[in-house]
Amino acid sequence: MIGSGFVTGAQNTWCPGCGNFSIQHTLKNLFADLEKEGADPEKIVLVTGIGCHAKMADYMNVNSFYAIHGRAIPVATGIKLANRDLTVICCVGDGDAYAEGLDHLIFAAKRNIDITVLVHNNRVYGLTVGQYTPTSPLGFKGKSTPGGTLEYPINPLELVLASGATYVARGYTRKMDQLKTLIGRGVRHKGFSFIDILQICATFFPATDYYNKKTYDLPPYDTADFMRACSQAREWDYNNDAPVSLGVFYEKAAPTFDEKVDAIPRSEQDRDRFISTFLASRQ
Amino acid sequence: MVSDISVLIGGRAGEGINNAGMVVAHLLNNLGYHAYMYYDYPSLIRGGHNFTLVRAADRKIGVHRATADYVLALNQETVLRHKGRFLPHTVVIYNSDTVKGEGQGISVTGALRSVNAPEIMGNSAIIGAFAKAAGIPWETVVGVFTRHLPKGMQQNLAVARNGYDQVNAVLPISPGKGKPLPLVTGNEAVGLGLVAGGLSAYISYPMTPSSSLLHFLAENAGRIGLSVIHPENEIAVLLMALGESYAGARVAVGTSGGGFCLMAEGLSLAGMAEIPVVILVSQRTGPSTGLPTYTAQSDLRFILHAGQGEFPRLILAPGDAGQAYAWSAVAMDIAWRFQVPAFILSDKTLSEGFYAMEDIEKPGIQKEESHEGEIVTPYERYRFTESGVSPLRFPGTKGSVVKVNSYAHDPAGISTEEPDLVAKMTEKRLQKGRTLSEMMARYETVTHGGKTGSDTAVICWGSVLGVCSEVCDELGIRLVQPVVLAPFPADRIRKALEGVRRLVAVEENATGQLGSLLRESGIPFDRQVLHWDGRPLTPDLLSAHLQEALR
Repeated sequence: MIGSGFVTGAQNTWCPGCGNFSIQHTLKNLFADLEKEGADPEKIVLVTGIGCHAKMADYMNVNSFYAIHGRAIPVATGIKLANRDLTVICCVGDGDAYAEGLDHLIFAAKRNIDITVLVHNNRVYGLTVGQYTPTSPLGFKGKSTPGGTLEYPINPLELVLASGATYVARGYTRKMDQLKTLIGRGVRHKGFSFIDILQICATFFPATDYYNKKTYDLPPYDTADFMRACSQAREWDYNNDAPVSLGVFYEKAAPTFDEKVDAIPRSEQDRDRFISTFLASRQ
Repeated sequence: MVSDISVLIGGRAGEGINNAGMVVAHLLNNLGYHAYMYYDYPSLIRGGHNFTLVRAADRKIGVHRATADYVLALNQETVLRHKGRFLPHTVVIYNSDTVKGEGQGISVTGALRSVNAPEIMGNSAIIGAFAKAAGIPWETVVGVFTRHLPKGMQQNLAVARNGYDQVNAVLPISPGKGKPLPLVTGNEAVGLGLVAGGLSAYISYPMTPSSSLLHFLAENAGRIGLSVIHPENEIAVLLMALGESYAGARVAVGTSGGGFCLMAEGLSLAGMAEIPVVILVSQRTGPSTGLPTYTAQSDLRFILHAGQGEFPRLILAPGDAGQAYAWSAVAMDIAWRFQVPAFILSDKTLSEGFYAMEDIEKPGIQKEESHEGEIVTPYERYRFTESGVSPLRFPGTKGSVVKVNSYAHDPAGISTEEPDLVAKMTEKRLQKGRTLSEMMARYETVTHGGKTGSDTAVICWGSVLGVCSEVCDELGIRLVQPVVLAPFPADRIRKALEGVRRLVAVEENATGQLGSLLRESGIPFDRQVLHWDGRPLTPDLLSAHLQEALR
């Protein structure tokens, strides 16, 4: 089977029908493709937050950093800064990226750090058994909001566009071929790649019928057109009943944070000389 | 003729009081004295009252004196506010254009006008006048300005000369016998030590009194080959650092108590995932925002216990710049050899104090045998070993899948909830702590000072070392300073206290945090001298408190 080498023997505990299986399958195939293209699988690093999505770290047989809730993105940023040869992919949840760790998402986009962020956006907290998230629709009845939420969801695409992301896409776990294309393009994009994945939560937010009815593929347009991307992102605000477009909203080439930071290493002798010169200058 | 000199320089924030103090410290350093400078400033940018107390003596010192032999007053407030520091012989040098005073008035405006210099150079006139009053040869002034004030040097020197010529040598200092020593702040010493220990990345969010380390390393990043990052907040700081460390960088972070509050979850992650990192926590007066620019030693217990769960950590509390240099290098070495978080616990006094460094040899890092054991295939990030330390590999290594995990995990780094495995992995981390503890015995974890044979002893930690050394010398008391606070070197302390009948613990906090550690280890002490107003203890004050405590 293609890519079976990329899966560990860890017992999978996702619910039957969970959208995470699609994402895992997509990653597995993508890694196999990358390897075929000559990439070194030992240079792939998967970083996850905490939540159902995060079990990906246990299930994929690649380097991984199973981090803490909301903090996968700063970890991924640090990894890329330390070793630019690594391909850093971040799996995060909507609670992770849009609530607990929102500041990190905005700053990663702002910096254009060359990592890929996949948001497993099931619009509900699954592992804590069913509370609303920042992308749950208004009036969502969860365990912490039995009378329905009182707040509108945020539109993550609009948010990351405003923050400076250079690759912005949306996929859906029931459209796997497209999802693989979107993730693959994001991983190959040099800069901050963001893919919001509408992920089915079979237990707490089974929206399959709704998404099947509402989603459509973006018409071709110039994806470097920021204004067009913004207006396209505003079509559906994660609350209204508008059509839900899938595809690449925006892509732009821009210098990345890691290439700008890239420090030139100095030899131990150079560093020792720095210390002695500094101390001598203070005599 | 005096051989213990104290110079007060006061003015408004934004007038360059800190720099003026440093130049005076360099003058005294070049005159052959051991110099030290304390800098006192409120939390604002312009206005307010800033002052420095520069002290110089014919022996090693690490603390200022409450009194001043020379007062350099750039504003009226300096004369009014510091009356209590004046001695009968105190020489006041003041700007006669703006200050009403008694002593050596000089016209700063006149000095500036004589060479058409900008107002910012006004301090040079006062410094020049001080040099003359203190009998410092003009060549020494030229030498110090040339080396330490290169920007606008000629003009500054001309202004200084004008000030020099306006006064007489009213209280001359005879040249000392020492050689000039490097003068560095505690934070600079920490930075140099980290570099000596192999630092490749420094990540920090600005917070007084840690920020000057961020500035120092950022300014010199190119020369050191360092990446210096200032991210969105302290949460990101530590998490980014753990990502860097996981991927092979040797990384440190720096903050103060409030910022460290935000790092607690990252610290626990470092403990569980066994990711090395060095953390500078420079304490200031708390709780909460407290006094941002004043000192305290009140976060020891916080650093000791921060983070959920149980895991080993190293805590080092250097007492002066020399110790900060040496032990910061050790912190880097140990963090990576034992894959633990290592703390450098400083405070405002140490971080921003200006010290003469006697020992400038590169710190001797004990590059000893690895504790990791051999690597087996397939690679396991958390392989069980006798020492508790597993072989450390970084992602990108051929043939290795490197998995680190915040969850309880198996040797391969995959999550587990199996009780036997969870218990065994906890035991592995504790074993690592025991190995670390044994290995620390090879270091001089406890220092000795004062009168070693005395049956009365003071025990202290951190920046109060300077004041305690001086007072213990003066009163003939033994001094014991644990530099390593975790793993707590109880046996070493007990040995250092052999023959002691009366023990006093001296700390700048309100509850006695070292005292509580001593109590836990069954080391009895008789008295505590605790001080918590944000201002460092001075020798006179500590001496009075100690004599009272020992009465």
